[in-house]
Amino acid sequence: MSTPSKTLGDYVLGLADDALVSAQRMGWWISRAPQLEEDLALANIGLDQLGQARTLLSYAGQLEGDGRTEDDLAYLRDEREFRNVWLVERAQSDFGVTMARLLLFAAWQSELYAALASCPDPTLAGVAGKAVKEVAYHLDHAARWVVRLGDGTEESHQRMQAALDAEWPYLDELFRPVEGAVVDPASLHPLVLARIEPVVAEATLEVPQVAPARGGGRAGLHTEELGYLLAEMQHLHRSHPGATW
Amino acid sequence: MDFDDLLAGDGRVEPRDEMPDGYRRTLVRQIAQHAHSEIIGMQPEGNWISRAPSLRRKAILMAKVQDEAGHGLYLYAAAETLGVDREDLLDQLHTGRQKYSSIFNYPTLTWADVGAIGWLVDGAAIVNQVPLCRCSYGPYARAMVRVCKEESFHQRQGFEILHTLSHGTPAQRAMAQDAVDRYWWPSLMMFGPPDDDSPNSAQSMAWGIKRFSNDDLRQRFVDMTVPQAEALGLTLPDPEIRWNEERGHYDFGTVDFTELFEVIKGNGPCNQQRLAHRVGAHEDGAWVREAASAYAAKQAVREGAA
Repeated sequence: MSTPSKTLGDYVLGLADDALVSAQRMGWWISRAPQLEEDLALANIGLDQLGQARTLLSYAGQLEGDGRTEDDLAYLRDEREFRNVWLVERAQSDFGVTMARLLLFAAWQSELYAALASCPDPTLAGVAGKAVKEVAYHLDHAARWVVRLGDGTEESHQRMQAALDAEWPYLDELFRPVEGAVVDPASLHPLVLARIEPVVAEATLEVPQVAPARGGGRAGLHTEELGYLLAEMQHLHRSHPGATW
Repeated sequence: MDFDDLLAGDGRVEPRDEMPDGYRRTLVRQIAQHAHSEIIGMQPEGNWISRAPSLRRKAILMAKVQDEAGHGLYLYAAAETLGVDREDLLDQLHTGRQKYSSIFNYPTLTWADVGAIGWLVDGAAIVNQVPLCRCSYGPYARAMVRVCKEESFHQRQGFEILHTLSHGTPAQRAMAQDAVDRYWWPSLMMFGPPDDDSPNSAQSMAWGIKRFSNDDLRQRFVDMTVPQAEALGLTLPDPEIRWNEERGHYDFGTVDFTELFEVIKGNGPCNQQRLAHRVGAHEDGAWVREAASAYAAKQAVREGAA
């Protein structure tokens, strides 16, 4: 049965999972970044995303009404129950890819949170009001790197264009209809492009002309890579059922 | 003021002051080694970020490893006041010409190791570093004030992880004890060789870089830690630990320094792995750093033309 709080809960869970899975990927960079300042910056961004995820997961648990905590939702759901988009879940170890992805993701989160900050749901509005400032920094950070790499050396220009081409197909999924959506995803499309395209131009890069990826994360249909991410993230917690950490 | 007068008056030496070459070299070596330890130290704990058993612990751990990167930055900046640059110091780390603390050549095999590192390794680091806040070289002393504040926060977090585990399920308790068993002796080795086998100590003390001897600091750490182990309900793996009324200190067993020298020589469990990880990150990031320099140069030209 689909009650209003269930569909809202699913919507919130989707946003929570986007932030959680992105934070998990961001954490990989800590000790692996191109320079020490970037270890700090990426840790900072990952921490912000993790903070957003925790608040949103707790709220999703509250809406669900079965007493599930943030940890129950993060650690005890399987792949098919995760609601995040494909953009954030794939493994990445190239700094250009990470910055291309962050540019797209943070541009979308900026517009989304800005819209949610004035929505009638007070909890969601509160989370969004705080997060909108955090993601403004993420977007600025990503934009600066995309410009430096795009307009840096010949090698970095090629790598940055390749990274943008690789991530662009996953942008489309963010704007598809979602049940229970508090902000119409399609309404964000022009706003997000208006944030991304000037950065791409300043970086002397081309906006990729590529077909959208299949997607399906909001319905629990993921790439094969999410299973490995969850196996790693959840293993210890699941090995000690009921333990307190 | 003259260098010797400054030291005699317990003043601070600042970057523009005259200083003997040996003093400068000793400081560069020590501060660089300290900075390298911070950034290599990101690896053993970073090893558990993806697997932290709760989101709260994950956030605390990410913030902690981030703090270590921050400590690395302050320390490289302090070293740079002595006329060296970070790039060159990193190169010396990557080619094995400068060292980092041997403790980070031990693996983090379980989650409890994250607690043991916080409690014991950061605890030992604090005992070593608090006196450095009064080091004769100003920029190093000031960096250490900030570092020590954060380290004591980390030490409490490590203690709290172990406290939760030691009061948890039998498996969690066993995990905590095992971590303490593995990290106790290497933590004692962090204070360096015994005083009669520490060739550089006397000169560093005369220069006001070092304030207490290795053995004094080791004793201070044992005295601080034994009651904390009791509070945790965990056993330190040394049957000789007992209070000595006469000395007013805890007696403890003999540290196996052949182990420390083996690890320093490169034969610890993770020496190759830690260095390869660091060098790999640096090499993989070369194109990014080159692009940033190229972009900055283009911008400078554009601004000049404008």
